[in-house]
Amino acid sequence: MNSKSFHHALTVREDLCRGCTRCMRNCPTEAIRLSHGKAHVNPDRCVDCGQCMDACPYGAIVVEQDDFEKIFSYNQRIAILPSVFIGQFADDIPENYIYTALRDIGFTDIYEAEFGVDILKTIGNRFSTYADDKPVISTYCPAIVRLIQIKYPSLVKHLNLLRPPVEITAMYIRNKLIDRQIPPEDIGIFYVTPCAAKIASIKSPENPDHHEIFTGVINMDYLYNLVQKSIAKNKKLLAKTARFTPIPPLTPEACMWSLTAGESSTVPGRTLAIDEIHNVIEFLERLENDEITNIDFLELRSCAEGCAGGVLAPGNRFLAKERLTHRSQHMREITPEQQTMIRRQASYLVKHIKKERIEAKSAYQLDDDIGAALKKMDRYLEIKKALPGIDCGLCGAPSCHALAEDIAKGHATVSQCVVLRLRSITQRDDIHKVWGDTLDR
Amino acid sequence: MNQSFSIPAGDFSHAGQAASEIKRLLKQLNIPPKVIKRVVVALYEAEVNVVAHSFGGSISCTITPEHIDIVVSDCGPGISDIELAMSEGYSTASSEVREMGFGAGMGLPNIKNNSDSLDISSSEQGTSIHMRVNFKEHTP
Ligand SMILES: Nc1ncnc2c1ncn2[C@@H]1O[C@H](COP(=O)(O)OP(=O)(O)OP(=O)(O)O)[C@@H](O)[C@H]1O
Ligand code: SF4
Ligand SMILES: [Mg+2]
Repeated sequence: MNSKSFHHALTVREDLCRGCTRCMRNCPTEAIRLSHGKAHVNPDRCVDCGQCMDACPYGAIVVEQDDFEKIFSYNQRIAILPSVFIGQFADDIPENYIYTALRDIGFTDIYEAEFGVDILKTIGNRFSTYADDKPVISTYCPAIVRLIQIKYPSLVKHLNLLRPPVEITAMYIRNKLIDRQIPPEDIGIFYVTPCAAKIASIKSPENPDHHEIFTGVINMDYLYNLVQKSIAKNKKLLAKTARFTPIPPLTPEACMWSLTAGESSTVPGRTLAIDEIHNVIEFLERLENDEITNIDFLELRSCAEGCAGGVLAPGNRFLAKERLTHRSQHMREITPEQQTMIRRQASYLVKHIKKERIEAKSAYQLDDDIGAALKKMDRYLEIKKALPGIDCGLCGAPSCHALAEDIAKGHATVSQCVVLRLRSITQRDDIHKVWGDTLDR
Repeated sequence: MNQSFSIPAGDFSHAGQAASEIKRLLKQLNIPPKVIKRVVVALYEAEVNVVAHSFGGSISCTITPEHIDIVVSDCGPGISDIELAMSEGYSTASSEVREMGFGAGMGLPNIKNNSDSLDISSSEQGTSIHMRVNFKEHTP
């Protein structure tokens, strides 16, 4: 239905998939089904949250990756690092080793993604929100934006249309280089992403301006390995020569922004931060029922501990968080010189500070036509009653409810229910020993 | 399409379950979000009233391509003055119920505002609330 308008960064490698059902059962949007022993993802429902990848013991779910060599097609090769990248490295690796290694690998300049927070603060004095309804919902996490589009269409008008900091950072850099008379075709801005959701959102045809903002993406785990290798190789030399620090340093607030409550703590009024997509879903159900009042701002993140828990983060999320907290304690407020530099780009940035309206893309209807949908619903309810309700997953659907829905839509058959079939065969007594009369409904 | 639910008296933690279930069904039918919200709000208030003010009851919903009909009935003690009960701010909620955040006297008025027709009948044997929400959004 809507699959063309959204890009997905997660794919199943059929050669590795064993059809174990783990991904299917962990998927928060019921996007996965098994057929012919392999997992298949419904593109209308996938939000690229990466829960399936975390759940897969065989490494069969992978994140797409741009060719790293692509950076060398550009004269100016800028890496935009999420601050959680720094949080991946243990204390015995000084920060300037990391930046020097990134230069050795081929980047000409390095910025932190969260610098956009300091830019926004400088040009606006405070964080503005642009949404039609309260509570305003952060659009920082693209998996959450997508989730709201497909599953909570009534909440789309709560989404904050302020561009996330990383886009502001990228726009700032590009504009600054253009001001310096660097030809646009020489500028390569590469975003190092901690997750599949951000890759998907950057490449989505739904967000055409992302192609102008970012030249490409680099998966964080891949770059982490390159940097570790480079540091290991040059350790002695680095001890003498490493001195490069990213321009400009972050403020403590910016450094903590991508972690849980990092954003909400900077927004005035009553705010709430919720992380991990299943928790978010539970909360959105309530919000949709109008049960939540008096909250001004909601920070919702797909990953536990925010981006420190991104699927492409190689390290432990809690350690990363602790390191960033420690790091932020040594950071200072923005200097007047930096502010002057930022203000030079202010008029351009202010003009582009809002993003396009976000449209709902419901993915849970039985049929677009209500008459047909009602017929399917009668069938759905009837089948659901007949199914055992134990959500075993052996039919290839994540739950009895999902199978009933698939059957009603004509995408599956009742005979897929293994339990119903077992009931009618000779081993009935053996099954009774395990399940009692649970399966006799 | 018919669905029914029972509502036990006094169980506030589960009030809203029928509303959530109906919400999911209406999404499966691709009903406009604004209309779904009206249904959920009206149904939720009616559910809470049964939990808070009655001896328990049940909900029955009928969905057609044009509208949803919801009948919420309970087994007493009934509303003695329906007109008074319908007025904003009128409530007989116990202090216990108020402490739980209910009892502003806004439930019935909210049901009225969120439904396209509302019919209440009541006796000591029980109250029955019939509400209908049309799927076509009205053009005001
Ligand atoms: N099902 C019912 N059975 C008996 N009395 C009821 C029932 N529903 C409502 N009432 C009476 O009508 C009054 C008004 O109901 P209404 O829903 O408007 O307000 P409330 O339930 O008291 O407070 P709120 O709904 O704002 O939490 C109630 O206080 C109660 O006396
Ligand atoms: S919380 Fe951060 S890392 Fe996780 S999906 Fe959202 S944006 Fe990506
Ligand atoms: Mg009430």
